[in-house]
Amino acid sequence: MKAVGSSVPRKDGIGKATGAARYADDLVFPGMLHGRTIRSTVPCGRIRSIKLDFDTTGFTIVDYRDVPAKNAVDLMSQDQPFLVENEVRHMAEPILLLAHEDRETLLAAKVIIEYDEAEPLFDPEKSTVSFKDIDIVKGDVASALSSADVIVEGVYRTGHQEHVYIEPNGVVAVPEDEGGVAIYGSVQCPFYVIKALRCLLGSAHPNVRVIQTETGGGFGGKEEYPSMIAGHAVLLAIKSGRPVKIIYDREEDMIATTKRHPSIVRHRTGVTKEGRLVAMDIDVILDGGAYVTLSPTVLSRGCIHAAGPYNCDNVRIQGRAVFTNTPPNGAFRGFGAPQTEFAVEVHMDRIAETLGMDPVELRRINALKPGDRTATGQTLRDDTSAHMVLEEAVKRTDFDKKRKEWKGTNKSIGLSLFYHGAGFTGAGERNLKSRARLELTPAGVRIAVGSTEIGQGTRTMHAQIVTDALGIPYETVEVAQPDTSRVADSGPTVASRTCMVVGKILEECAAELKDKLGGMSPAEYYSKNGPMSVERMYEPPDWIQWDDNTYLGDAYATYGWGCDVVELELDRDTYEVRPIKITAVQEFGRPIHPALAKGQIEGGTAQGLGYALLERVVMRNGAMANGQLTNYVIPTTLDMPEVDVVMMENPYPGGPFGAKGLGELPMDGPAPAVVNALRGFGLDLREIPATPELLSTTPAI
Amino acid sequence: MQFNLNGNDVEVQSHPMSRLLDVLREELALTGTKEGCGEGECGACTVLIDGEPVCSCLIPVSQVQGAEVVTIEGLGGNHPLQQLFMNEVGAQCGICTPGMIMAALTLPDDPTLDDVKTALAGNLCRCTGYSAIYRAVLKERAQRHYAPAEDAEGRHGG
Repeated sequence: MKAVGSSVPRKDGIGKATGAARYADDLVFPGMLHGRTIRSTVPCGRIRSIKLDFDTTGFTIVDYRDVPAKNAVDLMSQDQPFLVENEVRHMAEPILLLAHEDRETLLAAKVIIEYDEAEPLFDPEKSTVSFKDIDIVKGDVASALSSADVIVEGVYRTGHQEHVYIEPNGVVAVPEDEGGVAIYGSVQCPFYVIKALRCLLGSAHPNVRVIQTETGGGFGGKEEYPSMIAGHAVLLAIKSGRPVKIIYDREEDMIATTKRHPSIVRHRTGVTKEGRLVAMDIDVILDGGAYVTLSPTVLSRGCIHAAGPYNCDNVRIQGRAVFTNTPPNGAFRGFGAPQTEFAVEVHMDRIAETLGMDPVELRRINALKPGDRTATGQTLRDDTSAHMVLEEAVKRTDFDKKRKEWKGTNKSIGLSLFYHGAGFTGAGERNLKSRARLELTPAGVRIAVGSTEIGQGTRTMHAQIVTDALGIPYETVEVAQPDTSRVADSGPTVASRTCMVVGKILEECAAELKDKLGGMSPAEYYSKNGPMSVERMYEPPDWIQWDDNTYLGDAYATYGWGCDVVELELDRDTYEVRPIKITAVQEFGRPIHPALAKGQIEGGTAQGLGYALLERVVMRNGAMANGQLTNYVIPTTLDMPEVDVVMMENPYPGGPFGAKGLGELPMDGPAPAVVNALRGFGLDLREIPATPELLSTTPAI
Repeated sequence: MQFNLNGNDVEVQSHPMSRLLDVLREELALTGTKEGCGEGECGACTVLIDGEPVCSCLIPVSQVQGAEVVTIEGLGGNHPLQQLFMNEVGAQCGICTPGMIMAALTLPDDPTLDDVKTALAGNLCRCTGYSAIYRAVLKERAQRHYAPAEDAEGRHGG
């Protein structure tokens, strides 16, 4: 039996279900100290004085002066300090680090910081500092707008979203021989952490390594911020000479770490009376927060997806990610696309309303087909499935009938059509030069990559690909724990690339290894000749052309496609929304492990429903005021409707066994489908989360 | 302080107001019980106290004096729910899984889907959207229904 395409037993083993799996907070080292971060309590200003109002005996205390090399988290830019030197740019910014062996004593320590406060900036529309500007031009929007039959305009807004991985952030830094330090942590991207630590520590500590512990969810939230925490733990470990554990509690995690960028998206669309899109003028603003982090690439993905899965000859997409005095926003599943696809999909329903046209018909007329050109001028290939997922979703849910019959009742149905580019944008994968390695073992082979298992099934899915590519038993394939001193740098575990890109390198490694084995099994070869390994670098398809200056070309090697249909009820007295059912029809090439793939769609859909209806971050004076799970509410079992998943296939020739990326796609669809369903009640809603408070003040259409 | 833990009597030295969660994880080194929020909202720290599911982050250890406490470690490694959570992908990242399994143990014998949703309403999962968890739990109950009587022995709760 082939491993690929069947739901084989997972490589995780039983440990997650017995409690034996070891997460960062489960690790204990001899002599270990607990670490704590002292943070700013103003959103903007300068530090006037710091007073340690406790007995410092037994404490290790670190400030910016303890940084060996450079006080900057090395990510896209080096603007964010590990520890504030003087200027505070946001609430909960790290200023001082304390460590002590007794946690209660540590938590009781009181530090008094005085500030010279300055006027903070919270409104992204008033910000004059942009981290990144994007301008995508296709055709001539101005003249196409002037000749359009109808022009539809609208402004769409989305709020912050908190990741709420159930395991909060945490790392342990352990001093090793010859000035080395090992970091054990809950991280998505061990090699990002290494890069940041090299910048922080310089040549004085060349031997740092990062080992990923079992990780209790990430969703983008453990992409960049763990570099900060690891840096803090390492500084304390170096100064004390002892292992230091820093585990955030839920409130610290929610208040201090990154969130999904809030967005304001403006659409001005020209359309013919028959419903053909002739001009799309789109303006995207993302609130980046106080430092650059990953905002330029979040904006990039957001802008590229902003015109939705539609064919239009004249498109202009302008975007900027701007500075505000709030904690930096960062990576979150979907990475800018959920925001812009929310806007365009609600806008499409508004265009249909304006034309008096059926929303499905409007999409049928305009949805992308093979051979069509996207906003960046990419000519789509045969693996384009917008029409296929749309027709399947409409048929499966009896959409037209329900839409008609439910008019005027407390029930409504809404739909969204969406797509998501897999892998890094444009030339990203070529520049990344990801590597993967296969090593012979006495029993078979070992996969040695930095790609992390964070719940989505990396270990299992990679092992399936190698199993079939080598033609050996699945049980003889093992997966190394990511340790930056031992595994190949396969790039970050982000951007729906772990299967499609890293899986592809592994498939090629397996083909080369098979060649070298000369007909022997891995075990036979090993017993005769000893160890052997094969390492290869990713080569993106040679047809990919991309210009970073003009933002024109093949933005992604391929796209996943989805159509979500939401059925819901509204209580017209309380404005409480109850989703009854969501149908998620998604095409992502081919599922390597159907049960895991289904889990990605079900889980991403749940996060999307939370984003649409429940998850509201309340910012007060630049800090999250509802930083507890008591009042920041994610979907529970009682909030979730039935989720009907349909996985459709349209293989991508450049992916392993035809697979595309999947992780982010399901996040893009639920919010606009929910809002489009709510518009069926005559509510002119253009914003999420659609809380009862918001709905009660939403004007009629 | 004495109580029965996973079938054995234990005596602990921690301060009586220490959270049961910390006593389990630190003094007794049973790290299968997880902390997700520390305020009783997420259910990752669920254990059974005299058969009832309780968030161990909210309970001072003095409150379990003389009680029977069961943690995920008390199930051993062969409970069908544990296997099914893995096979049905009810566990993705796994951090909510021990608490989720402990809560599921308290379900009645022939639960409806609504029973399962209600029993697990205090346990948050951010990965699965819960569907796969329902599949694991309902499959276990269906199997139990048709399993020989002796198979049900040695199980805690439910």
